[in-house]
Amino acid sequence: MTKAKIAFNWASSCGGCEIAIFELGTKLVELSNKVDVVFWPAIFDYKYTDLEAMPDKNIDVTFFNGAIQNTDNEHVAKLLRTKSKLLVAFGACAYCGGIPSLANTTTRDEIFTNSYQETPTTVNPEKTVPQTTAQTIEGELSIPEFYNTVKSLNQVVDVDYYVPGCPPVGEQVGKVLNQFVDGDLPPKGAILGASDKSVCHECKRLKTDRKITKLVRSYEIAPDPEKCLLEQGIMCMGPATRGGCSSACLDANMPCRGCYGPLPNVVDQGGKMLSALASVFEVENEEDIQKLADSVADPIGTFYRFGLAGSLMRRTKK
Amino acid sequence: METRFEPKIVGFLCRWCAYTGADLAGLSRINYPPNVTPVRVNCSGRVDPTLVLKALASGADGVLIAGCHPGDCHYISGNSKMVRRFKLLQRLLEQFGVEKERVRLEWVSASEGGRYASIVESMTEELRSLGPLDWKQKVVIPA
Repeated sequence: MTKAKIAFNWASSCGGCEIAIFELGTKLVELSNKVDVVFWPAIFDYKYTDLEAMPDKNIDVTFFNGAIQNTDNEHVAKLLRTKSKLLVAFGACAYCGGIPSLANTTTRDEIFTNSYQETPTTVNPEKTVPQTTAQTIEGELSIPEFYNTVKSLNQVVDVDYYVPGCPPVGEQVGKVLNQFVDGDLPPKGAILGASDKSVCHECKRLKTDRKITKLVRSYEIAPDPEKCLLEQGIMCMGPATRGGCSSACLDANMPCRGCYGPLPNVVDQGGKMLSALASVFEVENEEDIQKLADSVADPIGTFYRFGLAGSLMRRTKK
Repeated sequence: METRFEPKIVGFLCRWCAYTGADLAGLSRINYPPNVTPVRVNCSGRVDPTLVLKALASGADGVLIAGCHPGDCHYISGNSKMVRRFKLLQRLLEQFGVEKERVRLEWVSASEGGRYASIVESMTEELRSLGPLDWKQKVVIPA
């Protein structure tokens, strides 16, 4: 039996998705009997030239984690698309932009000014910021260009499947990898390794009549571990988030932050959560409603924490 | 001749009050700007924030949501749900950098044809001076 050829790539992300693969533990050894890894820069010493040397459609399936934030990310995404039969957006960043796409609330210039000049630990009197090319004694050196707007993987190349999560939970990763090995695949465009129901459906907390009169941040109270967090006034994204994570955060007494992305047939996760939150506001007069609405800290960061790039608006106007 | 900017406004009008009110404005032969493209919805409470975001992201310069006056909702509390949603939506849109004037929530009863016409007139005027939103071309693509 010929082994399936698989590849993993890490673009603009934290690396947690790579760790999620290692959550498989000894199952990885079993898997290695069935697959050949032909490209995985984070683990083995592969170079882009190895990838370029491959014939087209040489890789059976590529798991691509990370958003597209610079020319290098985009170049590798396009290269892997050409070399792969199937391309999978693996994890929240590749799927909807993830945390890196919160950079879409600002601009490249603001990020550079902040990172290279304003942070308290920075000493940069000459105000040096990275340039894409520089002349040195060795010749011209170049680095990738940083984008003003972060994109999800399907905004630059055609994507076959999506695996949500920040990161995808280990158990689901195992199932997904086996689906590819066994060729047991749904139609193109499907979401793998997740459920079709919301996080609330998996959450074991007691839910009664959800009504709130004020919002609290999770550090302000010691939440009741048995009761719905939203009912306790903690901003929980559960109602508008796809399940599949077995409500891991809720089990740890932390609210859902929405990393599994929108539910089926929902185009904009943030819009849905906003709607769900407003419908539990138990205040009558307009002033109190305004006060409650004003108490939502950072609406974009709350409602679109893992998916600003993949949302309808995609970025803020600057 | 210099052409004047004509804003494109998507109007989500509740079937029981605002849409009937808009109908009355026409029946009464009131002159008002043709800039609103009406979408009849059963209740202002049916207007999911996603619809507003989608309209703005797809090229609308403004969105008008109009329903029954408080207390008059055909479904008892649809419009009061919309008030809650609208306050949150306004905060979100502010963070996105969409001017407040571009998205309005108004109450128009079935007998207020004149009120509907004057709302459309004032909103059209405001958006004319704000200029086009053109979200995709001006915000998403150049960045």
